[in-house]
This record gives sequence, structure tokens and C-alpha cells, in this order.
Amino acid sequence: MTPVANGITQAELVEAIRSATTEVFSTMLNLELAPGEVFVEKEEAAPASGVVSLIGLAGTWVGSGSLSCPASLACKLASLFLLAEYPGINDEVLDSIAELTNMVIGNVKTTLENRLGSMGLSTPTVIYGRNFQTRSARNQEWTVVPFEADGERFCVQVCIAPNSDVKTQTPRPGFPVPHVLNV
Amino acid sequence: MLDVLIVDDSAAIRKILQRVLRQAEIPLGTVYEAGDGVEALEALRKQPVGLILSDINMPNMDGLEFLTKVRAEPSWQKLPIVMVSTEGTQAKVLEAVERGATGYVRKPFTAEQIKEKLACYFE
Repeated sequence: MTPVANGITQAELVEAIRSATTEVFSTMLNLELAPGEVFVEKEEAAPASGVVSLIGLAGTWVGSGSLSCPASLACKLASLFLLAEYPGINDEVLDSIAELTNMVIGNVKTTLENRLGSMGLSTPTVIYGRNFQTRSARNQEWTVVPFEADGERFCVQVCIAPNSDVKTQTPRPGFPVPHVLNV
Repeated sequence: MLDVLIVDDSAAIRKILQRVLRQAEIPLGTVYEAGDGVEALEALRKQPVGLILSDINMPNMDGLEFLTKVRAEPSWQKLPIVMVSTEGTQAKVLEAVERGATGYVRKPFTAEQIKEKLACYFE
């Protein structure tokens, strides 16, 4: 298996993304997903249109996660999320995509934390437009995991690397907790 | 009747939680909303509630700091606070409990999970 970097392989990262995305879409939207073929993107991506939601990861490892989809799919996902009709992009649609991204990348982070140590999660930033490009300032490799939902394609992607500012990495033992805890 | 404060920076999640509460067969009073810990403290000072549902990752003041500030106030020390968050590691849950959380629900959640978790507060 190809290592993303020391500590986690490409296959493990892909599995974490697929598992989190499938669970979030199934639980919150009652939507089944068809997985697409994974690819790695390092060069600047071709100009895109639609909605992109980005979240930063920071800790002993640093990186970003994002969810990108066409505007039409963003409206469908928001409609399923909030049980309301959204014929076009508005604040509620963008907020819905931001929260879905937060759940997906947050759950990917939980899986990664069990191997790589504690990380923080930024609040999401959502971009909606046409003919725009996104790229990592450090030009890292993105692991891109496509899915198909309701006949439309969307992608969840993550780039992550050891934090060069942190000298020692001490993975913290732990395990994901169940959905509902009685404490 | 129990008044509830929902604290989350996502308006979508506040809307979903409010809908779940209203659909549950529970003696629900007024539901208040706040977008972060700062807003939540202001809301609490204006209007006491019987239950708080709070996210952890929020701007300005996150859910754990909010929890600490609430527990530092003598009149709020027994107020039930259930964290609703994507944060799912054992360490994060234990930190929330140590700071005074009375319950924890991990996102994503189903309506049934929320109802089950909150039922004891409405008995």
C-alpha cells in the first residue's frame, strides 16, 4: 500500500473517507452512494464550477479536507438535509453543505486521530461560483474520492502531511466512540 | 415544560435539532438558539433554560470553553448540557465530561438517537 506519509497508507485514508461519507449521507440524508474510482491530484486542478466546502486540519499532522459538488446536487442535498425545497443556491444550501462537510471531515479526523494523534478542525469555508480553482499553498497531494448520488458526481478529498513545526509526534491511543453515550 | 437552548454555528443543525425536538412527544417549552459560546452565555443570562444542546467546534468561544464557563457559575452547575459534535475520540468525550457535560451525541445522528438521549431530561 502506498503511504500518504509515515503513519497512514493511501488505502487507509480512502477507507476513512468512504466510511465517513457513506455514514453521514446515509444517516442524515437517507441517501445511498455509489463509490467512484479514487485518484491522486497534485497538479493544479482544472477550473471547476459549483460548490466547494473546505475545512482545515491542524495538529501533529496538518492538511485540509473538502467536499465539492455541482450546484444542482448541493440544492438536492440541502433539500434532503432540511426537508425543504431549494431551487437555487442560497445561504441555507451553503450552510447545509458546510455542515455535511464538517461531519464528513470531522469523522475522517476521528479515524486519523486514532493513528496520528490529536488534531483540531477549523470551521468550514464554502465557495460557490464558476470557473474557479482550488489548490494547497504547499502543493501537497490530494487523495480524491468521488461518489455518485442521485445521478450526480461529487468528490471528497483530503491532503494531509506531518506538521514540520512539531518535533515529536506522539500518537494517542483511543478509539471512536458510539453515537450516543450515557455519561 | 422544558425550555431548551441549542448552540451550534450551523443554522442547518440548529434547524434540524429544533425539528427533532418538536416532533418528539416531549413536554417542550421554548427553544432558543445561539451561534457560539459567547452568544449562548448572553442568551442564558437573559433567559434561563432547563437543557442545553451544544456543538464543540465553534468560532469565538467553542463548546468546551462554554461548558467550563457555565459550570463556573454556581446557579448553572446542575444545568444539563448535552454535547452534539463530530468530535468522536475517547479523549475528547472524556474532556467534555470532565468539564461538566451530562451527555454526548456524535454527529451524524438520527432523530431516534437524539430523542433517546434526551428523554430522561423531559421525564
